Amino acid sequence: MTENLNVFAVRTLTQKEYFAPGHRSCQGCAEALAVRLVAKALGRNVIIAAATGCMEIVSSPLPYTSWRVPWFHVAFENTAAVASGIESALKVLMRKGRIPNKKIVTLAMAGDGGTADIGLQALSGALERGHNFLYVCTDNEAYMNTGIQRSSSTPFGASTTTSPVGRVQMGQVTWKKNMPAIAAAHNIPYVATACPSYPIDLVQKVKKAANIEGPAYVHILSVCPTGWRSIPELSIKLGRLAVETGIFPLYEVEKGQYRLNIDFPKLKPVKEYIRIQGRFRHLTEEMIEEIEKRVHKEYEQLRTRSGKGV
Amino acid sequence: MVKRVGMEVSIAAAEAVKQANVDVISAYPITPQTHIVEHLSELVANGELDAEFFCVESEHSALSVCVGAAATGARTFTCTSSQGLALMSEITYIASGLRLPMLMIISNRTISAPLSIWNDHSDTMSIRDCGWIQFFVENGQEVYDHVFVSYRLSEDRNVLFPVIINMDGFILSHVIEPIQLIEQGKIDQFLPPYQPVHRLHPDHPVTMGAFALPSIFAETKKAQEEALRSSMPKITETWKAFGEMTGRYYHPVETYKTEDADTLLVTMGSFGETASVAVDKMREEGRSVGLIKIRLWRPFPFEAFKLATQHAKKLVVIDRAISVGACGPVASEVKAALYGNDQRPSVYNFVAGISGRDVTPSDFGKMVDKAEIEIDEGNKEGFEIYGVRG
Repeated sequence: MTENLNVFAVRTLTQKEYFAPGHRSCQGCAEALAVRLVAKALGRNVIIAAATGCMEIVSSPLPYTSWRVPWFHVAFENTAAVASGIESALKVLMRKGRIPNKKIVTLAMAGDGGTADIGLQALSGALERGHNFLYVCTDNEAYMNTGIQRSSSTPFGASTTTSPVGRVQMGQVTWKKNMPAIAAAHNIPYVATACPSYPIDLVQKVKKAANIEGPAYVHILSVCPTGWRSIPELSIKLGRLAVETGIFPLYEVEKGQYRLNIDFPKLKPVKEYIRIQGRFRHLTEEMIEEIEKRVHKEYEQLRTRSGKGV
Repeated sequence: MVKRVGMEVSIAAAEAVKQANVDVISAYPITPQTHIVEHLSELVANGELDAEFFCVESEHSALSVCVGAAATGARTFTCTSSQGLALMSEITYIASGLRLPMLMIISNRTISAPLSIWNDHSDTMSIRDCGWIQFFVENGQEVYDHVFVSYRLSEDRNVLFPVIINMDGFILSHVIEPIQLIEQGKIDQFLPPYQPVHRLHPDHPVTMGAFALPSIFAETKKAQEEALRSSMPKITETWKAFGEMTGRYYHPVETYKTEDADTLLVTMGSFGETASVAVDKMREEGRSVGLIKIRLWRPFPFEAFKLATQHAKKLVVIDRAISVGACGPVASEVKAALYGNDQRPSVYNFVAGISGRDVTPSDFGKMVDKAEIEIDEGNKEGFEIYGVRG
């Protein structure tokens, strides 16, 4: 029900594009779609601090830019700190009357590498300091910009150029880092997961996050056909399957309270998600079973936390 | 009325930052920089300074916060030392590449290993090429004064570069000196609020920090290089304006008893005052020795340096850092500056006072003695670490 409504309700979103077309992302890039939706959700009164990564490279080749809102790229690991600076400057300059008083959202945007790996310290610092900003992680589950190297956000079993399938090792040997839980552990007012395959859910969460006083964190699964070795036109379907199999549940943590946004009493088999991605093609039935067990266990934990468990 | 107050140099630095009406301060504590941030946090806590103050989780973030705030149009301040500077070095290059005005005070301290909290210039030399305007100061008054000079210069629309003030850790940062404070009214006139050309604001969206392909990168670097070089007249102009306000005049290269001197000591930072005592003594003994103090490290004042050394026969360059495998960084700069001259002095290079080891007036005397003998004996490009065992 919810799904079908989403498909049509997307037409109710603004026609305005703040992340302009003509950028250089790959075909079927769901990260670019996520960013476009985030930009639509926030409108023009925003300042974006962006990390080094795919979205920076596809959108800002000097002297061109895809950005119709103020956009600032400094480095890879410091996006949350740069956003802290922007937010503080806005606050103090408005207080001193040097710029007009109005609501401007400070948005920090980084990929999974820039968030869960190299940018984790700066992010933790900014969340702890309590800056009034929104941090969006667009997670495509590896360092795609540099050629598909593994990150701590790469799922178990996935083949990347630094977690290859060899004679003794079958892709990524570690489990995906739970970044939303780490953000939530900072006791910030709002944490959510989202996926551009559920555009209305994504837009609503980003709007909500932007209107909350204090730090907010939104973690967006972003299907990457290039890195996942999937067919570009399947990107939306893959995002849906990630949610429907319980691999990437959509939930919110508001003031510590978990809420599963779309609950599935019966999850689809993870195989449906895994078997259409080249990065998983080496996985044996046993490995897939192992993944499914873990997915179900974590999903149940989430349901329990959301007050929906048995 | 001009007040002359005895205070710790770090406190004087913090007081200057307050008087400069900074908007955003972001720093991470490291010895010997700590007293500056401690005092600033007190000023903010007491409501004496209206600024956003953040003790962040690393120096890398400290400078990143300043970069974000400066791009949004705020006057920002940070300070650090040693390992902290090494950690933030990535962002030092970006701050200048983005042409963002800001001030950083470095309480110069040794870079590990071995770990040492004491003073030398190895920290700042590690970011020599980061594209900031870089001053070295000799005493507390110069630190205080250069805070105002730096902000005015940094925010000048014909400059727009971040500025570093290097002050020797402990040797300057932790001593109490008489400081002539400047009245707030005068400072407000000398340093009006920062008005950026572009700022991050939704009313006028700009993209900052775009990436460059090889087809355009070199042009952007050339623009930066030319801009830093051509900031020289603005630097001297700003010092002049400051001098007119306070009576204290500064120059890129300062000379002390250099008239007709055959041998010149060359120093940077707090060495200058000690070396001048040594020069006085040698002059009393009838020796032809003078002193050159390099105040402006970047952009390097090639012309002023050549002018100041044109009649000298021997230069004794005292470095407080080593470029391991080469020589002292000041010495290599000095040699580069003089290479084009037909008549150039011999350059003898000592590395002295690393990791805060005391260098007394008599040490300067001994170094001059040694250099003169070595040069006379034909060793015209000597390099040694002074006073070291083994």
